[in-house]
Amino acid sequence: MTVALETTGLEKHFGGLRVTRDLSLRIAQGARHALIGPNGAGKTTVINLLTGVLKPDAGRILLEGRDITDLPVHRRVLRGLSRTFQINQLYADLTPLETIGLAVSERLGRGGDWWRGMGTRGDVNAEIADNLSRFHLLDVMNQPTATLAYGKQRLLEIAVAIACKPRVLLLDEPAAGVPENERRDILSAVASLPRDVTVLLIEHDMDLVFSFADRISVLVNGGLLVEGAPQDVARDPQVKAVYLGEAADA
Amino acid sequence: MSAVTTQPDVSSQAIAHARWRAGEVAFWIAVLACGFLFPSRYLIMTDIVRLGLFALSLDLILGYAGIVSLGHAAFFGVGAYCAGLLALHGIITEPVIALVAAGLAAMVLGFLTSFLVIRGVDLTRLMVTLGIALLLEALAERFSDITGGTDGLQGIEIAPILGRFEFDMFGRTGFFYALAVTFLLFLLARRIVHSPFGLSLRAIKNNPLRAAAIGIPVNRRLVAVYTLAAFYAGIAGALFTQTTALASLDVFSFERSADLLLVLIIGGTGYLYGGLIGAVIFRMLQEVFSTLTPQYWQFWIGLVLVVIVLIGRQRLHRWVLWAPNLLIAQFGGRREAVAVPESDAP
Repeated sequence: MTVALETTGLEKHFGGLRVTRDLSLRIAQGARHALIGPNGAGKTTVINLLTGVLKPDAGRILLEGRDITDLPVHRRVLRGLSRTFQINQLYADLTPLETIGLAVSERLGRGGDWWRGMGTRGDVNAEIADNLSRFHLLDVMNQPTATLAYGKQRLLEIAVAIACKPRVLLLDEPAAGVPENERRDILSAVASLPRDVTVLLIEHDMDLVFSFADRISVLVNGGLLVEGAPQDVARDPQVKAVYLGEAADA
Repeated sequence: MSAVTTQPDVSSQAIAHARWRAGEVAFWIAVLACGFLFPSRYLIMTDIVRLGLFALSLDLILGYAGIVSLGHAAFFGVGAYCAGLLALHGIITEPVIALVAAGLAAMVLGFLTSFLVIRGVDLTRLMVTLGIALLLEALAERFSDITGGTDGLQGIEIAPILGRFEFDMFGRTGFFYALAVTFLLFLLARRIVHSPFGLSLRAIKNNPLRAAAIGIPVNRRLVAVYTLAAFYAGIAGALFTQTTALASLDVFSFERSADLLLVLIIGGTGYLYGGLIGAVIFRMLQEVFSTLTPQYWQFWIGLVLVVIVLIGRQRLHRWVLWAPNLLIAQFGGRREAVAVPESDAP
């Protein structure tokens, strides 16, 4: 198997607290991989380490075989690692058109262009139009993001990440807070990604995890507890004890 | 299928923001007209234009990139002294070339100090920018053999612009010179803020976390715009020296930086005209209040500021623009500049 994203011996301490312990993950290219775990298991820290928001205290991160441990956030994005946020991180004053336009411009290396106006490059425009129509955002493309309905903002959140044309996409609870009838748009958008794009899903919703993932890693106390196919993970007694048992109680 | 049909739509929508509006053209025509309507007021008008350019410089970093500064006079001062020294020692006598040289000197300082400024949050930035300006003021005082110390540079003589247009005692040449420079730099700034680079600055101001997450090199962009703003401020400072034949320590003063922030708050940030409009209002208020109550004019300026902040600029703008918008609707046959999107309309 070709490995798209790999970590070896990843460690992160906050003071005396070990939030990530000797974490070694291997995510196959084209996988639909889910990372689950109870609250406080350190899932968000893992995302922040993978994307470069946090620097690990030990261990390496490899994207498609190349070491990205020391790269800043934006360079990892240009290498093909993009993410969505659990809580929308959008540009309140910018429109969806501008938001997507920026992501496309940066990826095509036009982001630093200070002389040509936005909207004057055919290749950029074509991609913006394609992206906006795919996420049903054409009708609101000129409204400031802050004025959009929550469901639309959520779609935009996913649309921006995909506008970066990721090789590996990290989805942090993509359906969080989205009403049932709008979830379909988001899930179908994720499902329609090209098969060679690798997706790592961080999720609480077990229905979503088991319907989406072909492989699951369970994180407990910052370390990897179990990894395997969904049916094996569901049957694993350890997982039942620490995770599903707890979820059933809650 | 939709991509092909909607593509022209996207392109025209994206370009629409950068199109010149009637109000903008009217603004610049009005400014130019002032040069012919009030021939006895060149000095104050030149002062307003310079201040407007200086405020435009601050708008680039504050209004677009969200970098607050309490020491923007540092670049103004470097530009001012640079232009003064170049003229005084006859190194570069032609004003336009000297102007560019002074701008570049300020730009170098802007680039070097940008690395200190972009780190940290608003409060840190306020302190660092303030500190740099104070530092330069102290240095200028210390090296009085170069800068003339508290007396300033004495006996500056500015040669004719491009060897043809002489500075006259009424300040006519100075006014049109300052206006031309400001207009050109405004055009450049307008071009830049509508480019992907300019848009990325607004993205950084809105949400630096997401900006980095779509591949924007946040720090590099901030360094670039800070350096650019320093160039603009340096030019404003050089214009000051060239149109007044003065350069003294107060070019670096804290009051100059603080006033600048007031100008921009009055005029509004993030649409390029804020600095220019703010400069007009600020100087006029100063004029009106200081004739009414010579001792307490600062009290009234303060009061105006409080009112602006409390009522909110948007609401004030709407009141002020109510009549013009009505006229545009009546005679132009179209809706006001800020239209309600179709889907939001009731």
